Amino acid sequence: MSTFDPATKRRPNGAAFIIAAALAALGALLIWQGFAIPDKGGYAGIGSGALPKFVGFALLVLAVLHIVSGLRDAAPDMPRPHWGPVLWTVAGLALQVILLKPLGFSIASALLFACTAAGFGKNKLALTVPIGLALSLLIYGVFDQLLRLKLPAGLLERLIFGG
Amino acid sequence: MSTFDFLLQGLTVALDPMILFYALIGVTLGTAVGVLPGIGPALTVALLLPVTYGLDPAGSLIMFAGIYYGGMYGGSTTSILLNTPGESASIVTALEGNKMARAGRGGPALATAAIGSFVAGLIATLALAFLAPYVVKLALVFGPREYFALMMLAFVTVSAAFGDSAMKGLTSLFVGLALALVGIDQLTGQARLSFGVPELLDGIEVTTLAVALFAIGEALFVASQGNTVVEKIEAVKGSVWMSRSDWARSWKPWLRGTLIGFPIGAMPAGGAEIGTLLSYATEKRLSKHPEEFGHGAIEGVAGPEAANNASAAGTLVPLLTLGLPTSATAAIMLAGFQQFGLQPGPLLFATSPQLVWGLISSLLVANVMLLVLNLPLIRLWVKLLTIPRHWLYAGILLFATLGTIGMNPSPVELGMLLLFGIMGFAMRLYCYPIAPVVVGLILGPMAEQQLRRALAISQGDWTTLVATPVAAGILLLATLALVVPLIMRMRGKGALLAQLASEED
Repeated sequence: MSTFDPATKRRPNGAAFIIAAALAALGALLIWQGFAIPDKGGYAGIGSGALPKFVGFALLVLAVLHIVSGLRDAAPDMPRPHWGPVLWTVAGLALQVILLKPLGFSIASALLFACTAAGFGKNKLALTVPIGLALSLLIYGVFDQLLRLKLPAGLLERLIFGG
Repeated sequence: MSTFDFLLQGLTVALDPMILFYALIGVTLGTAVGVLPGIGPALTVALLLPVTYGLDPAGSLIMFAGIYYGGMYGGSTTSILLNTPGESASIVTALEGNKMARAGRGGPALATAAIGSFVAGLIATLALAFLAPYVVKLALVFGPREYFALMMLAFVTVSAAFGDSAMKGLTSLFVGLALALVGIDQLTGQARLSFGVPELLDGIEVTTLAVALFAIGEALFVASQGNTVVEKIEAVKGSVWMSRSDWARSWKPWLRGTLIGFPIGAMPAGGAEIGTLLSYATEKRLSKHPEEFGHGAIEGVAGPEAANNASAAGTLVPLLTLGLPTSATAAIMLAGFQQFGLQPGPLLFATSPQLVWGLISSLLVANVMLLVLNLPLIRLWVKLLTIPRHWLYAGILLFATLGTIGMNPSPVELGMLLLFGIMGFAMRLYCYPIAPVVVGLILGPMAEQQLRRALAISQGDWTTLVATPVAAGILLLATLALVVPLIMRMRGKGALLAQLASEED
């Protein structure tokens, strides 16, 4: 249910313009790349560059449509998103990407687990980090050792599982 | 050999203990993810793709199909007891089912959903088995232009025909098509849009995109909505068995739901939701108790639940016979076939009959398993709904990243996962449909190949695309599917189409 919030009412539909700009940028990129490809059509008459150009033009058209609809329609009523929880979760994912190689799968994933839990309102890190670590180690054991799915090992994995 | 012989032969594959085990894992997982809100069968199959890389192809594919069927069963439980659909094909079930649960008739509602799913699954799987050989024969005369036309139809129906805005659907589709262009062009070997990054030469992995959009985007979206919503789970009171009058009122909706759901799943019309809505509307019109609709009419649960299972089986018809996915789950199952070097299509029926018929037969077995899993064990599944959300989503993200890490632990791949996750979040926030992106990524390169092949055959003559009645007819249908909804929206009938929005499965 969308709650009535006077602050969000009668806001110009800025989102539509931002999305239009992103679509236009992507479209332009595709067209540029499409022209950069040496187009040897062969028998078909169209080569590797044709589709990037076509999709690029379509994205430009969609960008224009977004601008038109942004000018015409008011911003949709929607509850203002809570950014705190989103940032926690994104931070957890980013931490995992950065720490995966140096610290190994389990520690990096435990931090992702704890950050996500914090994002959803459980911010006792002293509780969530150990639970995440136990779960990650269990997953590592099952998938890396039993199912032979190669997961990046760190100090902790080498201590526990050897190798 | 007749279809019947093939089915019997397939049953010998399906009853192999190892295969039975795979099917059991599939249906159990499928029911679980169907019950849990926030994760659906498409995501689960995407997560399992890298894990099954080293396993038996037949077993893995049977497991995926089990997840698909199981998701359709499990979704009804959440709809009925929580009023939050576990997956998008169960939205309609929540209308009447939750009212029944509130009135203390949750048991019969769950029972008619489960038995209806069973009846529909059984009939629709048999229909799949008997229809498939004919479609295969038809597919043999299909050339590149017919395939291209079919893909255009799939693009339009998935993105623009339903939902609240054709612009948003087409935007999603073209973003997917743009992503599909990354990597090496399969016809000429030309690198496109890879900007010298070697990881991009392989293109964007379907699993990475699907997991990012469905799991990470969804988790971020749920997180952004705050923790204010308190959901009330209705307890299952009394017996789960249906009374004589429940049976009398259920069996016709089951059959009608099957009849509506199967063809809609089989057509490139995207998603099981449409069938469930049509079935609901039909039951409402035909019911002898129309006054009960909106207050817990059992027909309103029986029909749509049968329809969504029948359309799951229907989706497998174009997937197996033409290699054409018409829903997000089917698109990811196609990626599953390709992972094992198998290309679904007419040729698969000739080269791997054991696998195809084993798969179809094991769907019959899976249906029986699902009935057993869902009726007596229903109270166990309800327990899943009591998992606190912070543990649930922390676990989902852990598993979501596990798949990508196991497949390719490069920072580029994980960075893409995060980037697409944020994109998925923005799309959810601004109500852009997600399925067209995934379908665009998978069907995009196939459509491009077919188009260029067709043009190469005709030496660059574009009229070749409409030179056969079949191709021209399908393209005309696709145009109608694009234009008619536009006119309907302009005339203010958009609300109906918005209801038919195709979300995920």
